[in-house]
Amino acid sequence: MPIDSATKQTSITQATLVKKARENLAYRPADVSPQRRVQRRYTMRRWSVRHARFLEWVYARFSHFFLLLHPFWNAVGYARAETPVKFVERHLKGLMFDCRMCGQCILSSTGMSCPMNCPKQLRNGPCGGVRSNGNCEVEPEMPCVWVKAWEGAQAMRGGEAIFHVQHPVDQSLRESSAWLRITAQAARARETGRSDAT
Amino acid sequence: MMSRPPQIDENPDGVDLPLEPLPGHSSRGRLERVLRRGEFAVTAELNPPDSANAQDVYERAAIFDGWVDGINAVDASGANCHMSSMGICALLTRMGYATIMQIACRDRNRIAIQGDVLGAAAMGVGNIMCLTGDGVQAGDQPGAKPVFDLDCMSLLETVRTMRDEEKFLSGRTLTTPPAVFLGAAINPFAPPFDFRPHRLAKKIAAGAQFVQSQYCYDVPMLKNYMKRVRDMGLDEKCFILVGVGPLASAKTARWIRSNVPGVHIPDAVIARLEGAQKQKEEGKRLCIDIINEVKEITGVSGIHVMAYRQEEFVAEIVHDSGVLKGRKPWQREPGLDDAMVAERLDHILHDSPSETPVDMVKDASEASGE
Repeated sequence: MPIDSATKQTSITQATLVKKARENLAYRPADVSPQRRVQRRYTMRRWSVRHARFLEWVYARFSHFFLLLHPFWNAVGYARAETPVKFVERHLKGLMFDCRMCGQCILSSTGMSCPMNCPKQLRNGPCGGVRSNGNCEVEPEMPCVWVKAWEGAQAMRGGEAIFHVQHPVDQSLRESSAWLRITAQAARARETGRSDAT
Repeated sequence: MMSRPPQIDENPDGVDLPLEPLPGHSSRGRLERVLRRGEFAVTAELNPPDSANAQDVYERAAIFDGWVDGINAVDASGANCHMSSMGICALLTRMGYATIMQIACRDRNRIAIQGDVLGAAAMGVGNIMCLTGDGVQAGDQPGAKPVFDLDCMSLLETVRTMRDEEKFLSGRTLTTPPAVFLGAAINPFAPPFDFRPHRLAKKIAAGAQFVQSQYCYDVPMLKNYMKRVRDMGLDEKCFILVGVGPLASAKTARWIRSNVPGVHIPDAVIARLEGAQKQKEEGKRLCIDIINEVKEITGVSGIHVMAYRQEEFVAEIVHDSGVLKGRKPWQREPGLDDAMVAERLDHILHDSPSETPVDMVKDASEASGE
């Protein structure tokens, strides 16, 4: 049998190496996988997914309000407003969604489940490794971000946004405020729309 | 020039050269031709060697010779380190094989990937398969840094942009776009089941032209999935190849079920293997039975055989299941001139290796001088 001869020739196989590497870890400390290390101690992200429709409604009002404040942001200067707004955004969204400040929020398209929480940071849907109980392949104790996203999206009015293909993350926008950027873009779109109309 | 009658789907000027471009085809490869002709395609996965020896790759490809329409060159599958898919494709395309180069987003960022796409297309790779890739925790080097700069969807879109709009992601133009047939992976056997057909629709929207599925051991589940796919009309927009493979024993099946992410093996399959006298034989039989069921499903355009470390069974599985319907896929055969050279120089392989190259040249010049 070619298989048997192959295993005999190479006495060390991949599997033994992997097993050995596992033995080298004398013990496995709780909560220190790369994913766990960056996770917040307390978040309400499962609550947020369950109340996705309510949050969608809140966000629609909120973004409208932020856009109304555009003259104020302009007077202060968007660049100067960035620091305090970012502080609020980081902590509020951190508590609600375990936000990772990617700076290009797509929570409305992902059923209010933050895709940057996925260990593979997938922004377009679940990978093929989701466990049969709906948990993550990388983090066995964590429910798959995208299984949750699909649940959330079905509760939302604009839930079909989950079917849109998302562009890759622009890493240069990390650690910046998505709220201010979206407001500035909306304001600019409104102004160009007005100037086009006249 | 070759001195033998050309086979179907072969460039008469040389097996390693791209085929004549056809209207409506996006690549100049063999796999796309087979699929677009409406034939039931067979692809197989090459087990990448842990060596720097080209002969290892050729030997592993030769097992599939004449039985498959495309060979998948895996990109560190399961996050285990092996020869790169780029390297394997470079070797196989030289020999005229149709390769499917897999690109996993785990190991490289968008700069490296776009460069590799151009390099691969230049070497004659006709098919590129865009994958997310398993997490690094699954492999032999769990300490590696996972990259995941793009995901499979944005990778598909990136390569499609490069091919159709002739530009990089940044907008810089390409002088010659990569002519590739774009593939993706599907897993109908993992939750959330309702979302899976939509995800295929998303992949098609991003550019997927063919998809290969995860191992199928649960045919009723696949049938449900395919029904929804047909209802959405997706089977007409892309070619669906179902992944199959023999299980070596009930023990392996159990191990795969608990250790390989995303593989779903029902209890009935394990029970059938356990009840058999020769489990390996039964695993092969089971694979053939699954193929026979799968090939009848409307919308399935082919199978993808993943016989990990049982590659020698691929030919038998393909033959016994009769999926080729008498068709002979392209086979590597030496030209008459190559055969003649091999025959004349055959003695070199069998002569005593004690003769140094210097002696060989001396002998040859003496022989020609006389």
